[in-house]
Amino acid sequence: MMNLLISLVWIVLKVLLIALPLLGAVAYMTLAERKILAYAHVRIGPNRVGLFGLLQPLADGVKLFFKEVIIPTKANSVVFVLAPIVSFATAAAAWAVIPFSPSWILANVNASLLYVLALTSLGVYGIMMAGWSSNSKYALLGAMRSTAQVVSYEIAMGFALVGVLMAADSTNLQDIVLHQQGGFWHWYWLPLLPMFIVYWISGVAETNRAPFDMAEGEAEIVAGFHVEYSGMSFAIFFLAEYANMILISALASVLFLGGWLSPFEGIPFLGPLFAFVPGIVWFFAKMGFFLFLYVWLRATFPRYRYDQIMHLGWKVLIPVTIVWIVIEGLLIQLKVAPWFN
Amino acid sequence: MIIQKLVFYVFSALLIGSSTMVIVSKHSVRAAFFLIVAFCASAVLWMLLEAEFLALLLIFVYVGAVMTLFMFVVMMLNLDKEAVQEKFVRYLPFAVVVVALMVAVLIFAVKPGHLGDLGAAMSAHHGADYSNTKVLGMLLYTRYVYPFELAAVILLIAIVASIGLTHREKSNNKRQRIALQLEATKKDRLVVITDMGVNK
Repeated sequence: MMNLLISLVWIVLKVLLIALPLLGAVAYMTLAERKILAYAHVRIGPNRVGLFGLLQPLADGVKLFFKEVIIPTKANSVVFVLAPIVSFATAAAAWAVIPFSPSWILANVNASLLYVLALTSLGVYGIMMAGWSSNSKYALLGAMRSTAQVVSYEIAMGFALVGVLMAADSTNLQDIVLHQQGGFWHWYWLPLLPMFIVYWISGVAETNRAPFDMAEGEAEIVAGFHVEYSGMSFAIFFLAEYANMILISALASVLFLGGWLSPFEGIPFLGPLFAFVPGIVWFFAKMGFFLFLYVWLRATFPRYRYDQIMHLGWKVLIPVTIVWIVIEGLLIQLKVAPWFN
Repeated sequence: MIIQKLVFYVFSALLIGSSTMVIVSKHSVRAAFFLIVAFCASAVLWMLLEAEFLALLLIFVYVGAVMTLFMFVVMMLNLDKEAVQEKFVRYLPFAVVVVALMVAVLIFAVKPGHLGDLGAAMSAHHGADYSNTKVLGMLLYTRYVYPFELAAVILLIAIVASIGLTHREKSNNKRQRIALQLEATKKDRLVVITDMGVNK
């Protein structure tokens, strides 16, 4: 009984060790996004609070904390309160199986890839519950759009992941990283290049980020599903969105860019030179690249129209993945070096 | 072991409770929410049986995709409660027959003789290297490959049939035709009206 208690306490500590930095990362991701967008627009961005605006996220947090949480009279209050919680819980729970380094992983389970896929597919319930319980036209429209979009892009994403698990012969994320050892040309971005691109596009669509942010669509449906939310309940939606972005970035680096593996591995001189760098640094660097890509996309592309999103999802991305699964099967059968020998 | 038993009883109770609520609840959206809870609870029970592939697939496919579409439809419906309850009694005789049939089939199928020694199967534990996904895949693609392919074909037929039955090309369809857009020239679209008359 005592052993059980101790291991439980350990697990809670490890969870905090992941969750608290995640919240910090979310806070500074908002600042990074505003700064990068500002520079892309040739502006300066937030620079009043603290040095270079570094305390801006704290100021925003304090402001949101002290705002009134309003529940509309005709809203279904139980579901209305539950919706942001569901959104954030699913975004946070998926972090349990992400390998940060060879030994730093909270739960090294067999089916971790499936687990992540299952949890990211649950995230849409937060949006849906918010849209329905608000009892507002705009919110309902936003939820409808988001549901259709997420369900469509989940298929393309699932197929891209099928490609990864075919290559790695495992559904365990740590095994998938270990399978990519041997230099950056061994990572799956190269043999699975179309899948990598499809995964990234559907990841952006899945997190409802620009240019796929139709669920919000400020221009036509005000703010979509969270139009009736205020104060902290709105902030939790925001947290969930950014936590999801960071999660998709982490997954993209684990599945296609070798996770915590060093990019200099297997290169004669540079390999040993950078051998001292812990894996988690490379992992965070790769995640940072994808997060930058998110903001870059937002600064570059206008929002897609609804029918164009559906066209891209069903008629472009899904056929591409299906064709590449066949080609990949051939590559594996023929044991094409250096990936499948 | 105590924890496993605790989890089992808590989630079994949750499963039975939420399934009952699905039937009893008069609000269709609430019923759908309870159905989601029921799916999640049964996924936990499968997880206890070390069938993690089935458990996660239940969440991924049923909760993540099927139920989202279901909710989509249910939320759009504006059901009149009175009318629904009125019709309830009308189908009662038929419903009783169907329920009696299903109970009979279940009693026949879940006889102890059909399932082998359940107690032994439940308490058998596999090592950490046991992968439910792999074991299931091996069985599906060797021993059960024909039933599996047959199910796939039936599903495909269902897709084709449902699209064929419901799809109607609308006359005022506003679909984007990119080729037509690119072919358009100034002559097709622009009419210049001057005081001399219409100039094309």
